[in-house]
Amino acid sequence: MQEVNWIALIIFIALFVLITVLGFVAAHWRKGDLNLLNEWGLGGRRFGTVITWFLIGGDLYTAYTFVAVPALAFGAGAIAFFAVPYTIMIYPILFLVFPRLWYVCHKHNYITASDFVRGRFGNRWLALAVAITGIVATLPYIALQLVGLQVVIGGMGVVGTGYAGDVPLLIAFIILAAFTYTSGLRAPASIAIVKDLLIYLTAFAVVIVVPIQLGGFGNIFAKVPAAKLLLAVPGANTTGAYGVYATLALGSALALFLYPHSITGILSASSGHAIRRNAAMLPGYSFMLGLLALVGFFAIATGVSGLPEYAIGFKQFGNSFAVPALFLHTFPSWFVGIAFAAIGIGALVPAAIMSIAAANLYTRNIHREFINKNPTDRQESQMAKWVSLIVKFGALAFIVFVPQKYAIYLQLLGGIWIIQTLPSVMLGVYTRWFNDWALLIGWVVGIVTGTWMFIAANFAPNYPLAFAGHSFPGYSALYTVILNLVVTIVLTALFDAAGGKHSDETVAADYRP
Amino acid sequence: MDQQSDRRSGWSWWYLLFVIQFIVSLWVAFYNKVEPSWVGIPFFYWYQMLWVIIGAILTAIVYFATDA
Repeated sequence: MQEVNWIALIIFIALFVLITVLGFVAAHWRKGDLNLLNEWGLGGRRFGTVITWFLIGGDLYTAYTFVAVPALAFGAGAIAFFAVPYTIMIYPILFLVFPRLWYVCHKHNYITASDFVRGRFGNRWLALAVAITGIVATLPYIALQLVGLQVVIGGMGVVGTGYAGDVPLLIAFIILAAFTYTSGLRAPASIAIVKDLLIYLTAFAVVIVVPIQLGGFGNIFAKVPAAKLLLAVPGANTTGAYGVYATLALGSALALFLYPHSITGILSASSGHAIRRNAAMLPGYSFMLGLLALVGFFAIATGVSGLPEYAIGFKQFGNSFAVPALFLHTFPSWFVGIAFAAIGIGALVPAAIMSIAAANLYTRNIHREFINKNPTDRQESQMAKWVSLIVKFGALAFIVFVPQKYAIYLQLLGGIWIIQTLPSVMLGVYTRWFNDWALLIGWVVGIVTGTWMFIAANFAPNYPLAFAGHSFPGYSALYTVILNLVVTIVLTALFDAAGGKHSDETVAADYRP
Repeated sequence: MDQQSDRRSGWSWWYLLFVIQFIVSLWVAFYNKVEPSWVGIPFFYWYQMLWVIIGAILTAIVYFATDA
């Protein structure tokens, strides 16, 4: 029987109390009328460069990332490092595309990507498709944040039998739901500062301490099996692991800023300049993510998976337990408390932003568009607050009652689905050339083929595309968004020839300072 | 109209610096090797980490060059 690590637990709880207080106090920070959706759901678009850095960093580099990437390195090796080229490529995209989106959204008071698409292409069904894709892709992502939380709570020896084991998770979630409801986006923005400082502290501690204990990086990498150290060299007539690695990185990079929580973080910035500056500053997080991926190898080198005291954890959580086990093995209890709190709080920040983003989408683009067309400002923000609660408890129920692998499948599928909004959102920021119905049909084709490829590949995100006697295994999201784009372009040309109309309420000047 | 006013909204040759980051990241065959290793870290790992830093510097250069 695993014993409760009281010192770690007390520090963990103390830090949780701290951020809870912070979450509620945040309602008064840069005070605005929280009965406006713009204030509750976007923090009044008042976050400057530094707060935006913490907020987007806290938003994109989630607890799940910090557990799953090292876990993948631990289990599968070099392929996990695709997260590094992925985060190299996201910042040029952020720099070029998203300041323009910010300006047009600011000008027209758009809160969501779907609002923008509605205005740009004048088609509410296309806007609905974008909104539903966003919500559906976000829900399993929220659920997976809880896995990070579950793993660290389990790591401190807090285990119960049956559903009693989920009580700590429930408590954490009630806290999260309450401060999100009260303070809106200001809560995760303020908590993100604490979370990120803790994460940086933990990452640097582990990257300094473990190599010293193990006698340098040379010794660590020497213990990593050759098959995990590098990607397998592709055989004849296939792009093999290289193609998988590159397409995963590129596809993930293209998809990232289409997620509603990313867009919510971006739109809450105070200016397009703040976003550009962040494109140069956010790689600080990428560097840390790379370091943390190496932590998976540290876990291999220390041999934690073979130690009897961690057997229960590995049995319960699989490779996701690699990082917590390494922390428990390496650090004194008080620091384990800090490190685990960093991961736990790291789950709450993105979960809060994701639930706000999903709530904004539902409220603006489904409820207001199709159910109650003329809500008062107060009704609109109240609706969003309720939806944020429903979304979170839906995610909680999912993780408690449904096997974790389904949440993972859905999250992987979510990436394939969300990228299908790229032509409407990312390219829409640059051009109104596309026909709205062509975009919608392209979206349908992308969603259907992407889902089919995922299932055909046995619930994996990589599909072995065969062409002219060659095999190109790679990320389905990238393959299907190309198909989507081709369909959209061809149909736009056809519909335009048949006299299709374009209606756009934005003008070129809206996309600039 | 939208497309015609691109002159002001602005393409900049500085954006080509971004292309470098994509080429470097996607050319996997170039960096999938152990040697030359650095303080015991295989090339595959330190090379990509180095490009995180270079990428940030390139982005900062583009920011300052285009934000006049």
